[in-house]
Amino acid sequence: MLRNGGSVGLVEAGAYAATYEDRRIVQALQAGEEKVFMELVESLGPSMLRVALLFVRSRAVAEEVVQETWLGVLSGIGRFEGRSTLKTWVFRILTNIAKTRAEREGRSVPFSSLASNDLESGEPSVEPDRFLPDGDRWAGHWASSPRRFDAQPEGRLLASETMNLVQRVVETLPDVQRAVLTMRDIAGFASEEVCEALGLTDVNQRVLLHRARSKVRAALEAYLGEEETT
Amino acid sequence: MTPADDFTCAELVELVTGYLEGALDAHDKARFEEHIASCSGCDAYLGQMRETIEVVGRLTEDNVDPGAAKTLLAAFNSWKAGG
Repeated sequence: MLRNGGSVGLVEAGAYAATYEDRRIVQALQAGEEKVFMELVESLGPSMLRVALLFVRSRAVAEEVVQETWLGVLSGIGRFEGRSTLKTWVFRILTNIAKTRAEREGRSVPFSSLASNDLESGEPSVEPDRFLPDGDRWAGHWASSPRRFDAQPEGRLLASETMNLVQRVVETLPDVQRAVLTMRDIAGFASEEVCEALGLTDVNQRVLLHRARSKVRAALEAYLGEEETT
Repeated sequence: MTPADDFTCAELVELVTGYLEGALDAHDKARFEEHIASCSGCDAYLGQMRETIEVVGRLTEDNVDPGAAKTLLAAFNSWKAGG
């Protein structure tokens, strides 16, 4: 469970199980169990760094934010009441610290106002020329049909070159899309948690997630060269 | 359901996240599923989006910098010593 920092993280686990697991971790931390602490660091650390980088500019500062968060977690562990999952609680501390650092860096434009630019441009998820044009009997239907990525030779989808491409695409997404995608699909947060952390409405969060995922999909499709003309 | 009530593929691709998030109303959800059932292109597109989510989820599998881990371990031990 602890090793699982991905999309099926602590948040999605059943509420009772998560509470039980969280209580076990908190007790172990209070008992000074080094191993449990380091497992937690390994499990949440990479996602924390990614989320910190959504707020602050440099990796060095993001690393400081993560370190400071852990110190905050340790000194505040006695105040953890289990009203949220431990993971949510840790990330709330992280985002507060990261926001404070961003303000100090003079980079405190809230995501909610950045989002409006992102939402205004009504870019389509798929290039319009993939669909048959107006006037065609089947206007709006696929001109060249997509194919599942798993039609690829074994392993190509998860090969390190493919992962590097995905990483680069995520890095070039507009800030708020990157933030939503990172929190939802990499750090494994529920939509309500992302809305709260970034100050977005439910609908806007979904639109931004859709745009971000659609761009990654398009890049994967182009890279894997799987366009099939029908 | 009449053909006029069907989504075009261009419309459907914009609803995929809404569908996966469970955010479509019952009517649109039924139209979405009806379309997918009879359109191999859109069915594959939905599959690609699911695969995309899975691949993005794998980006988390990097490791904590050993230097940072060492600093944290020291911090943990001094926290423990200080009660």
